[in-house]
Amino acid sequence: MTEATTTAAPVEKHELETRFPDAVKAEARPGYTGFLVETSKLTEVATALRDEMGYDYLSSVTAVDYYSDAPNAENFIEVVYHFYKSTGGGALEIKVQTPRENSTVPSLTPLYPGADFQEREAYDLYGVNFEGHPDQRRILMWEGFAGYPMRKDWKEAYFEEEVKPFKNRWPEGQVYRIEDRNPFNKNNKYPQGFDPVGFKETDDPKLYEVLERAAREYSEDIDTEQVVVNLGPQHPSTHGVFRMAVRLDGETIVALKPVMGYLHRNHEKIGERNTWTMNMPFTDRLDYLSSMSNNFGYALAVEKLMGDKAAPPERAEYLRVIMAELTRISNHLWAVGFLLNDLGAFFTPSLYAIQERELILDIFEATTGSRMMCNYFRFGGVARDLPEGIYGKIKDLVFERLPRKIDELDIYLSENELVRSRSEGVGVITPEEAIAFSTAGPVLRASGVPYDIRRADPYSIYDRFKFEVTVRQHGDVYDRYMIRLDEMRQSLDILKQAITDLPGGAAGGEVMNGKNPYQVRVPAGESYGRVEGPKGELGYYIVSNGKGNPARYHVRAPSFINLTVLEKMCVGQKVADVVVNLGSIDIVLGEVDR
Amino acid sequence: MYGLGILKGMWVTLTHFIDSYVEDIKWLGRNRYFSKEGIQHRRSKDTKGIFTVQYPEEKLPVPEEFRFVPFLIYDVDADGNKQDRCTSCGICAKVCPPQCIWIVRTEDPVTKRPVPEPVDFFIDVDICMNCGYCAEYCPFDAIKMDHDYEMASFDRHAEHIFNKEKLSKPAGYYAGIRPTNFNREETLKAEEAAKKAAAAAAKAAAAAAKPADAAAGNPPATPAQ
Ligand code: SF4
Ligand code: SF4
Repeated sequence: MTEATTTAAPVEKHELETRFPDAVKAEARPGYTGFLVETSKLTEVATALRDEMGYDYLSSVTAVDYYSDAPNAENFIEVVYHFYKSTGGGALEIKVQTPRENSTVPSLTPLYPGADFQEREAYDLYGVNFEGHPDQRRILMWEGFAGYPMRKDWKEAYFEEEVKPFKNRWPEGQVYRIEDRNPFNKNNKYPQGFDPVGFKETDDPKLYEVLERAAREYSEDIDTEQVVVNLGPQHPSTHGVFRMAVRLDGETIVALKPVMGYLHRNHEKIGERNTWTMNMPFTDRLDYLSSMSNNFGYALAVEKLMGDKAAPPERAEYLRVIMAELTRISNHLWAVGFLLNDLGAFFTPSLYAIQERELILDIFEATTGSRMMCNYFRFGGVARDLPEGIYGKIKDLVFERLPRKIDELDIYLSENELVRSRSEGVGVITPEEAIAFSTAGPVLRASGVPYDIRRADPYSIYDRFKFEVTVRQHGDVYDRYMIRLDEMRQSLDILKQAITDLPGGAAGGEVMNGKNPYQVRVPAGESYGRVEGPKGELGYYIVSNGKGNPARYHVRAPSFINLTVLEKMCVGQKVADVVVNLGSIDIVLGEVDR
Repeated sequence: MYGLGILKGMWVTLTHFIDSYVEDIKWLGRNRYFSKEGIQHRRSKDTKGIFTVQYPEEKLPVPEEFRFVPFLIYDVDADGNKQDRCTSCGICAKVCPPQCIWIVRTEDPVTKRPVPEPVDFFIDVDICMNCGYCAEYCPFDAIKMDHDYEMASFDRHAEHIFNKEKLSKPAGYYAGIRPTNFNREETLKAEEAAKKAAAAAAKAAAAAAKPADAAAGNPPATPAQ
């Protein structure tokens, strides 16, 4: 190759641009980052990203509707991808644009199987057709649903106004319940030819078709009868309202399809009607067992756009870390306790775990006002300082009680022969699979991938603390249990440092940068804020158009995406293992369904 | 040895079981149940054994910051008249995420201008998500989060849209459930009032001093703080 004289190159071009000069354009919109990719070249670009540049982890896929009813305005749907290297580092963001009519984008599932559910979600909510997707069905809405609810021109059942605050509350002050005025029955839409009365479960053809397909692939020449069994949706072991349609060959799982969405509230649609501030308490309700971490991710995403004027003071940063780590411990306690519940040990282990969790919740309640729906973070700090006595209480718990209690759980369970025989070698996921399926958090690390956002792409003040990214090597249920114990101990380490270093200590100090306004101004642009939540990477992708409400508000929910790997975990195993496999992923349906 | 793990586990359970009774014995003479200290101990770092609280006979005391459905505050003036603190500025209704606050503003019958006092004030407590924003952002400390969480009723349509009358509680009640917050706000208010008074006094003094000073050619006096 001849060497070109590279004098005074104005801006250094990214590898991707030099590699695909025609297909890739650097983002030019103000406040945006990443690259725009030609739709037709997407697969090629993604292949190069994965195989040549090391971006092997596709963390988030979502769509944004750029819609305007102004004449001659540009209308399109944009699909946004966030790639990472599993060895650490920042994001590489690419986008493809497709017209709103007949939106079509090539599917990345053959390259990144972890895109499966996320593409289905984009299809379900935005109507983007992913060419080559093996199983494109609705995922959160049911098959009888008409329209694509996340599109900007779609109006929900109790539609009042485009965005909040609603005028009929103030200044008009008319008192009525919206549902009284708007009887639901008269406002429901069905697809053409759909008969809601005659609809039967067996008419769920697409789901059973996929199960059927898997079955034939598995045992063409063995002459056994296969049956389809529905596990859930309402059963304690499904952790809420989650259904698994499985196809069984005897007692062996041949195929499994998760069916979710029974709890779907269209969190994101509500989020786009809300003002920026209003979304904070809604994030609490996503994963209601770890509301502080949810607050954290959203605060980061918005603060990224707001810049320096929303940089939290030191004490607030420490408080955030303290709260997030306490949340991790309480979440893992719950997860470990309930894993045993799934094994059939109703209810003693969970009670031991819950007891400690209650003590942590006492701290949350005294500080934030609520045990579970904390609503504690604000843009530029936290809502209030620690009240009197709570500093000491955290200290007592972290230095004295919790280490002892975690050890006790360890003694109680880890060597228990029943636990071990039910979980060792069950639901094995190799490191390659774990990465390819975009799993995150304990599921990923139990498979031997030392990927923890607190280290790989540090946020807040995590780079100041000494702690280890723990890994386990087998990738089975037992390791996913053990990794949670390990992580709780690491969290305690972080907490010990954070409490000792907390500026102001027990006395208190500044916890908010400037005033805490009820309306914030967020400059136009996009941002993706992610944290290592207890369940894995919790990310918020937000787009602002400079107005008082987010133009796009998307949650990359770890529970939801970790479920992509569930089928892989279960196929070839027994029915009884399904439940514990599911338990080892640790899902919360509020977050899966949103 | 096979079975050792199970035995170890059962040992943990056994200690928990025994602890429950040991604690009872240790507390002999003092009330471990149905008493403040007992409940407090059962939620401390030293708690052992059984930790259940027998609701509704026993109740966990709620911390000051605990928030449940908001209420409106009125002051009582020297003549015993209720004075709403709310000015119907609308901030709480604008910031409320599920939009469950409705405010009916007062209009002056003659000038048709809004009067800073709501005719009525509604909160749909079924929809309220107890986020606490209304209390946090109200500039007049007129709306605060309550501690009373026992408000179940049989008919949500008849009972669960609270109006101003039902929402209003005296400032004394607020001072009772949230003493620290109340004191902080009162101190702030007093400081503010003192500052205002000082500024007014200084202005008056300056106005009074000016002609004399100007005549004598003195620089204006600096007002005392
Ligand atoms: S309660 Fe407070 S925020 Fe709400 S209208 Fe009254 S004064 Fe304004
Ligand atoms: S607590 Fe939150 S939801 Fe309830 S009335 Fe106040 S602002 Fe609205």
